[in-house]
Amino acid sequence: MTEDLTRQSAAVLAAAIAAKEVSAQEVATAHLERIAAVDGVVHAFLHISSDSAMAQAKRVDEKIAAGTEVGPLAGVPLALKDVLAMHGEPTTAGSRILQGWKPPYDSTVVARLRAADIVILGKTNMDEFAMGSSTEHSAYGPTHNPWDLTRIPGGSGGGSAAALAAFEAPLAIGTDTGGSIRQPAAVTGTVGVKPTYGAVSRYGQIALASSLDQPGPCARSVLDTALLHAAIAGHDPMDSTSLNAAVPDVVAAARRADIRGMRIGVVKELSGDGYQAGVSQRYHEALSILEDLGATIIEVSCPHFEYALGAYYLILPSEASSNLARFDGMRYGLRTGDDGANSVEQVMSLTREQGFGPEVKRRIMLGTYALSSGYYEAYYGQAQKVRTLITSDFNAAFANVDVLVSPTAPTTAFKLGEKLDDPLAMYLNDVATIPVNLAGICAMSLPVGLAPEDQLPVGLQIMAPAMADERLYLAGGALEAALVDRWGHLLIEEVPSL
Amino acid sequence: MTSISRDEVAHLAHLARLDLGAEELDHYASQLDVILQAVARISEVTADDIPAMSHPVPMTNVFREDVVTASLNRADVLSMAPAVEDDRFKVPRILDEE
Repeated sequence: MTEDLTRQSAAVLAAAIAAKEVSAQEVATAHLERIAAVDGVVHAFLHISSDSAMAQAKRVDEKIAAGTEVGPLAGVPLALKDVLAMHGEPTTAGSRILQGWKPPYDSTVVARLRAADIVILGKTNMDEFAMGSSTEHSAYGPTHNPWDLTRIPGGSGGGSAAALAAFEAPLAIGTDTGGSIRQPAAVTGTVGVKPTYGAVSRYGQIALASSLDQPGPCARSVLDTALLHAAIAGHDPMDSTSLNAAVPDVVAAARRADIRGMRIGVVKELSGDGYQAGVSQRYHEALSILEDLGATIIEVSCPHFEYALGAYYLILPSEASSNLARFDGMRYGLRTGDDGANSVEQVMSLTREQGFGPEVKRRIMLGTYALSSGYYEAYYGQAQKVRTLITSDFNAAFANVDVLVSPTAPTTAFKLGEKLDDPLAMYLNDVATIPVNLAGICAMSLPVGLAPEDQLPVGLQIMAPAMADERLYLAGGALEAALVDRWGHLLIEEVPSL
Repeated sequence: MTSISRDEVAHLAHLARLDLGAEELDHYASQLDVILQAVARISEVTADDIPAMSHPVPMTNVFREDVVTASLNRADVLSMAPAVEDDRFKVPRILDEE
């Protein structure tokens, strides 16, 4: 291969590596050099694992030289969100409280990536403990959107999405609790999938809200996303909420990309007011393309979605306040104020005060309030009922349609700093992505063009029932192919050079 | 729903083991108020007969075979601890002095 290795898709790279046209070590080196050249301005990575990446690439080359069978993504580099434990490599979840921590074990996602012969380049930036929509809540400074360095790359997985858009890696892993894979994909012109809850193991993912969290694949094309999805999904005895069921054939669906006869539901409550003009425009254009491709567009109503944001911002902080109780400065991570005079409780309070950032403290207190005696039923209990209503809305909709669509985010990437002091305005970014997590179903975001007014990417969200993840790839693959026909290339090719 | 006072925020901070400063208490009191008022709208639709949903996949008693496997490497684990003594985590005093 003579072209720039960092501009290739994962599928093309894997085929070239398997055919010995290029070595995994050459591919890894090209990406590490790209990171060295551009990450100073993008700041997608918190940690570069050059040594372990080159060692893994060498193992892949040796396997291929020896004629050993390798996986369909063997030798392809990947950017890993810093919320997933990787043995011996720094894992901070974007928090000061875990600075310097090196996990004594691999998360299941990392174990599967290793088993698939994928080369992990490093750990990507994120909002602290995945709380945020902009990466501005990272304790290590924000990531910049490669489309416009003065703008946010989305969050919480902004580092993973920016690494893809900056051609620092062709594959990335994110985690999605309320949109943290899909919203960054939307604002960076990349593809991201939140699989069905339980499809990808959460073992070794630093927990935010356990009933909502789900790791998932991110890439620059639908097929690459499907290949990564297939590599990480599947039952895991280490996660008691892991689905013990066959993984849908997402790769075949991405390749088939045929939506003739598919019934596509437009969620009325997610396509009306409140969207930036260019977002609405590209969204409606995408709908007519889907129709041209042979799908039937049907308007459906999900009347309880307007309460999803409220329920989410009670359930998430409640679960987070409980999950984050483990960061007490006793067994790992930061410890502050241990002067011999302070009690264990004083040391815990001082450690947590210094180790957590403002958004984390805000949500811990919100959750502590919602779970506290006298308020539990009024807040957490009521939010759980809304969750039932949202799920019923989805079930009713999916009785008549195969997938649902909406814009992924209300706006294109906003300016860094624009919403940092207004938590509620920040939370509103997630209005279209949150219902999916509450119901535990699956969804994809893929790019459908640039908003005319600011020339920034717009994402379309496709939602499918639980364990029907292949439908995301069927519809997403078909739409992507039609858009590539129109543009002559993927949207990401239009990203300005850094 | 009630509005949240500075004293309540101080109590929450204690429950959550956060040693918040005076300025932070004021800041969070006003922000939590705004957020709670926004989310409280959910009570418009939550009738008594709607079941609560705690989890997207209803599962109970998920078992696996009771197979003996290696535990984490002790040296790896202890090397990440803030303080260690005699192969154990060393913690600050837990009991008040007499």
